[in-house]
Amino acid sequence: MRRNSPLVPYLFVLPLICLLAFVFGLSLIRLVEFSFKQVRGIDGPWIGLRNYELVLGQPLFWESVIHNLKLFLTIPVMVMVALVLALLLYERLPGWRIHRTILFLPYILAIPIIAVVMKEMFQFSGPVNAVLTALSLDFMVLDWIGSADVALWTVMGLIVWRETALGVILFLSRLMALDESLIEAARLDGASWRQRAWHVLIPQMRGVIEFFVVISAITMLSAVFAYVYVIGGGRGGPGTATMVIELYIFNALIRTSLPGIAAAVSVLLFAVSLLLIWALFRVRRREEA
Amino acid sequence: MRLRPLPHLALSIASAIALIPTVFMLVTALKAQEEYQADKTGWPDAFVFDHFRQILFDTPIFLWMANSLILVAGSVGLSLVVACLAAYAIARMEFRGRDAILTVSTALMAVPPVVLIVPLFVLYTRLGLISTYGGAILIYAGLITPFSVYLLVTFFRSLPQELIDAAVMDGATHLQILMRVVLPLSLAPLLTLVIVNALFVWNDLLMAVIFLQDDAKKTVMAGIAVFQGRYNNQIPLTMAGMAVAAAPMLILYLTFQRHFVRGLMAGAVK
Repeated sequence: MRRNSPLVPYLFVLPLICLLAFVFGLSLIRLVEFSFKQVRGIDGPWIGLRNYELVLGQPLFWESVIHNLKLFLTIPVMVMVALVLALLLYERLPGWRIHRTILFLPYILAIPIIAVVMKEMFQFSGPVNAVLTALSLDFMVLDWIGSADVALWTVMGLIVWRETALGVILFLSRLMALDESLIEAARLDGASWRQRAWHVLIPQMRGVIEFFVVISAITMLSAVFAYVYVIGGGRGGPGTATMVIELYIFNALIRTSLPGIAAAVSVLLFAVSLLLIWALFRVRRREEA
Repeated sequence: MRLRPLPHLALSIASAIALIPTVFMLVTALKAQEEYQADKTGWPDAFVFDHFRQILFDTPIFLWMANSLILVAGSVGLSLVVACLAAYAIARMEFRGRDAILTVSTALMAVPPVVLIVPLFVLYTRLGLISTYGGAILIYAGLITPFSVYLLVTFFRSLPQELIDAAVMDGATHLQILMRVVLPLSLAPLLTLVIVNALFVWNDLLMAVIFLQDDAKKTVMAGIAVFQGRYNNQIPLTMAGMAVAAAPMLILYLTFQRHFVRGLMAGAVK
């Protein structure tokens, strides 16, 4: 075909349009459609808002929502820990590169792998409790995985352990891109490490911190499936203690074969994530401005 | 220079916490079952390699890894071809609807994968695509392509126009320009994309447990998620399995650390 034929650009983008239309376009339309239908197998009759009424009236759904909201408590912890570690690495103390390599390691390990390892470490008769007993910290010996009161907090600890690493790397790369002269000036003025961090460095990191907060929020809402699937034994256990929205959708779709219910929850989840994405775009635009 | 023990101490504690699970995994994998039951935390009296032998020869872990590798190769390859073609046209040609296509594709990065499982599962059940490599590859390729397009468009736009003009003067077609001029200059972003996308597909659990349910088609992540249940209480054996499953990414990370870090930071934008 001749180079300047007006059809050429469309041939180049055609595969993209087909792929995205198949995976996203068709799916999102069908998703909304299913959420108003009583689907058995592959289709079913329209039932209006019945799916939504059923979901919103079900205590397990609200319990899942509350669990996802509790996971948001990890975000301030991760921001603070990552900030301190990034600022310490930025001091470029001897050996800081090795620390950087190690501190990023948790983010390299796949969630299912690390969740299995942690699950064994935190068993009631496992090594963590053995160490706590040896240190005479018996009051801290808990049934980390098996107790319904504790399990979600164990999941949160695991999330903090792994996802903080991303914050460290994001914050450190922002610090590395800063103008060094200002920091030198502060150092020459005799500012202490704490003063320099608080008055010079952190104010310039506002954008990247907000960015990390928003992507973490999206993770807590819609990307913790692998953590709870492994820790909760595939069922959000013990009982429903680690049930989250993703697992609720998974169960409704695969275990109880109610695609209509699963679709209604997915639509709600999608709506909330759109709000968060909107926040993300605002944060990024402000950072670029 | 002043000696400053406190920052050193803080970094060392953080590094220890980051490292302990990996060390526990490796040390326990080398411990005899009886010894682990008596002592959960100590260094092994003698290294036992039998658990690794059992994992490698008596479990389907190689099959699972091969499945994961097929999915990674298929979806990352398909996505790269689709994304390179589209990104070249979007970055370097004028046509109606160009900006709309880029906007929609970029916006799709924001769709959480979990909201797609219901319609795709119903569709795949009807088409008989559950537990097929092709079906899963299409889904993974779809999920990773919007980010690839976004990254490549940005990069292709930064290439100097003179290079492309010169190729046009020589009578090259657009496909030839893409293959011979643009792609050879884009090796760094392509490598970043391969790393981010391969890591996403290799590490994914959600799509793997839904769309590859047959035992013969299980991925390594879906396989190890059920591992502990099957080898209940044989914790050293389980840890050997985890170590084998973690090995490819650990080795790649330590070898290509810089590309990994750059790739993951770019990937976090997803």
